[in-house]
Order: sequence, then C-alpha cells, then structure tokens
Amino acid sequence: MTRHLMKGCEAFAEATVRAGCHCFFGYPITPQSEVMEYLSWRLRDFPDGVFLQAESEVAAINMVYGAAAAGRRAMTSSSGPGISLMQEGLSYLAGAELPCLVANFCRTGPGLGGVEGSQCDYLQATRSGGHGGYRLLTLAPSTVQEMVHLTVLAFELAEQYRTPAMIFSDGILAQLAEPVSFDDLLVVTHPKPWAVTGADGRARNRIPRHFFSEASETDGLDPETVARYRAMTGKGPATPLIEAERLNLTLAEKYRRMAKEEARWEVIGDGTDFLLVAFGTIARVCEEVLDWLAGEGIRARLFRPITIFPFPSEALARAAAGVERVHVVEMNEGQMIDDVRIAVGREKPIGFYGRTAGGVLRVGEIGRAITGALARREIHA
Amino acid sequence: MPDETKDREAPGAVSEASGKKPGSLLTGVAFTYCPGSGCTHGSLNRLLAGIIGELGIRSKVILVGPVGCAEGIVKYIDVDAVEAPHGRATAVATGIKRSLPDRVVITYQGDGDLAAIGIAEVMHAATRGERISTVFLNNTVFGMTGGQMAPTSLIGQRTTTTPFGRDAQLSGMPFHVAEILTRLPGTAYVARTAMNSTANVAVTREAILRALEAQMQDRGFSIVEVMGICPVGWKMTPRDANTHLADQIIGEYPLQLFKDCVGSCDGGTGDGQVGPWTGDGGRGPQG
Repeated sequence: MTRHLMKGCEAFAEATVRAGCHCFFGYPITPQSEVMEYLSWRLRDFPDGVFLQAESEVAAINMVYGAAAAGRRAMTSSSGPGISLMQEGLSYLAGAELPCLVANFCRTGPGLGGVEGSQCDYLQATRSGGHGGYRLLTLAPSTVQEMVHLTVLAFELAEQYRTPAMIFSDGILAQLAEPVSFDDLLVVTHPKPWAVTGADGRARNRIPRHFFSEASETDGLDPETVARYRAMTGKGPATPLIEAERLNLTLAEKYRRMAKEEARWEVIGDGTDFLLVAFGTIARVCEEVLDWLAGEGIRARLFRPITIFPFPSEALARAAAGVERVHVVEMNEGQMIDDVRIAVGREKPIGFYGRTAGGVLRVGEIGRAITGALARREIHA
Repeated sequence: MPDETKDREAPGAVSEASGKKPGSLLTGVAFTYCPGSGCTHGSLNRLLAGIIGELGIRSKVILVGPVGCAEGIVKYIDVDAVEAPHGRATAVATGIKRSLPDRVVITYQGDGDLAAIGIAEVMHAATRGERISTVFLNNTVFGMTGGQMAPTSLIGQRTTTTPFGRDAQLSGMPFHVAEILTRLPGTAYVARTAMNSTANVAVTREAILRALEAQMQDRGFSIVEVMGICPVGWKMTPRDANTHLADQIIGEYPLQLFKDCVGSCDGGTGDGQVGPWTGDGGRGPQG
C-alpha cells in the first residue's frame, strides 16, 4: 500500500480526481484554498479536465449546476461564508435533482468569523440551508483517510440519488497532514440519460424537469407515494399531479430512502456508564477522552455519526438503550443536540460540552467538563 | 417522464398561439406571454427557434433560461434546456460550455435578470471570453413581477416602484449593457437591435446568426441586446408602446453594431468594426 503524507485539503482534492470528478469551479477562502490550488495543476493531467476560478461563490455553484446538468461529475469547495453564498444554487441543484459534491471546511461564525476550524454550520448543512425544504446527503469524516473514502462514496451516492452531496469537515482536518492511501478506492458511476448534451436524435432533455409543464404523470414515483397523494387529494388515478407537489413528494421519498439505506455511524468502546456522541474532528478527540475517563474510573462508549444527514437515529437509539445518560461534544454550541434528543427520546438526560472559539478542544478539557457535568447531573436539553 | 405533447395550458388561459410551423423547433406549447399584448418575447422566441432550426444545430444546442418572463423560452423551443437561477444564466452556461466545448450554448435573458442581479456573472463570462451567446431582451422593466423599475429604465419612466418617474438622483441612470460589454476584451460580438419593424427583425436575425457564428468560430463571448416592448408593464397599448420604443428608448439605447470579431478580430479592444445599423429603428431613416 502506497501512503502519502498529505494535508486534508489536498487529500480531498486528490480523492475527487480519483473519483473521476474532473470538473472544479471555486473561489478562494481560508481555510481550504489549497483544494483549488491543488486542482489548478492536477486537473491539467486530464484531457477533459475543467478547472475554473469563478468570480464568486455564487457563480461557482452555478457553474457546478451547469456542469452537473451537462452530465459531468462536478464539485466545488468552500467554507462558511462561501457556503452561505452557495445556498441558492444548492436549492436549485436539489430541486433539479442534479448530483454534485460540495465541501464545507467549516470555520467559526456567524458573519465573517475566523478561519479556525469549527462545526458551526451543522444546522445549515443538515436542515435545508437554502429555501425550499430540501436536504443534502452530508458526510462528516473524522480523519483525512476517511475523508478520501467518503469523498468517493459521496459522488456515488449523489448520482444514485440524484442529489447534491456535501463533505462536512472543518479547518482543522483541512490543514491536518496525515498519511493517506488512495489504493483500492471503489469508484461507482451511474448513467445519466437525463443530462443536457444536445438533443442528438432523441427527445429533448429539460432541467429541472418539473419546471417544464404544469402537470405531470406519476411515473418515477413509487406506488406508495402515489397512493398517499391520491388519498390526500381524493383525486382519481387519471389526474396528473401538480408539479410542485410531484417534486416535493419525489424529494421526500428520496430522503426517506436515504434515511433507511444510507445512515452511517461507528460505535467505539463498550462502556455503559454513559454514551458520548460526537462527529468529525472532535469525535477522534473524544476517542482519547474515553481513555482519559477510564483513568478516572468512568467507562463510556462513543457514538460517532458519519452521515449527519441522514442522521443515524435508529442506531443511536440502540446505542443509547443500555445507558442512563448521553453527553454530546461539538465544536459549536450544541447544534446536533436536537438530532440526538429525537433519537434517544424525551426521558434520557443529555449533557453537552462545546467551544465556539475555533481550534481543537483538548482531551483533558473535555474530560473535566464531562466529569463535572456528570457530578452535577447537568441536563442541557 | 412526461412528454412535451402532454404539456397543458393553464386552465382558461387565453394564450397566444405559438405559431408552430412544420419543421420549426417550437414545441407547440402555447405561449403564456401576456396574450395579445404585443410582448416582444413571443416573436423573439419564434425567431430564435427558426434560427436554430435553419442552422440544423438542434443536436448541439443547449439553451439556458433565466428567471422572469423570459424563462418561458425553455418550454417553447425543442432543444435541450436548463433553467438557471435568477441572474445566473451565464455562470450556468459557463459550466455547460466548459464541460462540453463543442456544443452551442445560448442564454436567453431579460434586463432584470441580466442587467440587475446577473451583471457580475455576465461581465465575468464576457471578460473570460466564454464561448457562449446571449440573447438579451431589454424592455426597460421587470415584467413578470408587475412592472417595477429595472436598471435599464429611462429617466422619467413611470413604473410601479417609480410612480413619479425614475429620478436619477434617487435611482441612478439607465444602464447600457452593450456599450459596457463592448469595452471588455473577451467579447467577440456585441450588437443592439430591435424587433419593431420587419427591417429590424431582419437585422436581429442577422445579429443572432452572427453571434452564434462567433461562438462556433471560438472567438469569445457574443451578445445581442434586443430592445423590446412590454405594453402591460408600461401600461400602454401595443401601438403606443411601439411609438415609445421608436421615439424614446432607441434614443437612449441606439441600435448599433458595436463589435464584430467574426472571421477576424482586432484583438477585441472595442475599436473594431462598429457602426449604426442600416435598420430604420421603426420610424424611417435617422441620418
């Protein structure tokens, strides 16, 4: 196995190339500008390589929209303020059911914030950051190596579900250099008969399809959804669906399917004193917190969501079943707590520790905060 | 997937017939531009469909629609089409063209979409010399939202947001897209035309053909600014609207070939082959 010492940013960029994505549009922003710097030379290796530094994040995401519509694997990468500017485009991509990848190497916020890593965009990433109530399939790696694998997977899932996907990381992982391997990556692609490539001897393609007529048939929807629509509206089988409703039913069905099939997580340790929940960079710190706590005579286990949308609710419920208490650690002020609360139910106490200053929380700091909270039987939410 | 032929009109709508002819690239879906108003979009859509059909490039064309009245075009022309977010058509077109460099990528945009919210995207696409062509219908008003002021509105023009007439002190001066883009080295073809007479329609047709030629010759960004009327937004009869176009609007926005780098180019300084159209502006020779 060949291993390279690479920064998270550069390993991510290389992973997109290995995943067959040769189309990048972006705009510089710390702490992830190395992604585009890397791709500016790397994509020259390919005859079909497209690298373009856009005039803004607004333009960049719309260039991704165009390239994705044209059937290419396409991506962009940014951080908080830039991702905010992309929300309109992400809503259009979701509404048009176009696959693409967007990476958010989160910095602190709100507003300009600072360039140090944080997880303060969790709600934006998981709750429909733009208008319209869509979701992004969102993967949150905790190591550079995992980022490589999840990046390749993200392209596959984006195409399978015809949805924009997001790598949700932070400025720490972006700048952290680790040994990483690109061996044995499994690249899976899906055909794109819907792409706009010029209507050469075929009926024309239209993106987004729902925009193009005032009413539509039910084909492409599963029978259960159609039956639900019929029941809701009392309409007979010959009545076409209203387009806006058809789109939203399609998306809702897609998100339910994702929740069922694509939730990913990891459970570390088997202590039963309490359950620690953390994702991304801070989850790997929390692995060491388990050892620190063991030194204090406390045996905990760690639940690490790998997908944050879909959130691994059922798995978390199972993991929390055997413990009396849950403790969440995030690099924000507790944005994931709602998801944890939904999973573990109303009765179970949830404690929380987080910092918003940016940068890594230290093991002892987290450990002491938790033992203090345990002693006080503090309940956060 | 639903077929075009199943597309329906809004119930009870009195739509303008699309005037589909045999061999035309119109889809046959009825136009929903303000019926009977004289709106320029219908005739410009029909003209563009005819040009694409005539050139025999249906298999290569990808059309990018805007947001606003002009978005209708993606329903009416039988080519692969993408609906862009408001103002972002040239960015979306950039993504498509860079992905598929041998296709012919056309954006169709109104003046709210292009000159207001989309001006950054069009300036940069033009500056980069993107090999795309923009057909830009300028009717000096936001039509779809009900007739609000656009950057292109004339001084004194009454709109729903300038009820006392556009005041330069308050709302700034009219925005001249063609003149500005002409000065950008990345543009290969820039022209301003109108659709208010048979002669001017013929000039518009020639200009669009030339703009597409500039793209197919890989010369750079091309744009045809077409001055149009919006009688409903202007609260005028079609006849009065046409008079207003000829008497007032063309005075502010002269019909002109600003730049033509098809075949050869002087480097795109904007000092190349330029001059007034032989078209008559709809009211006879202007000297």
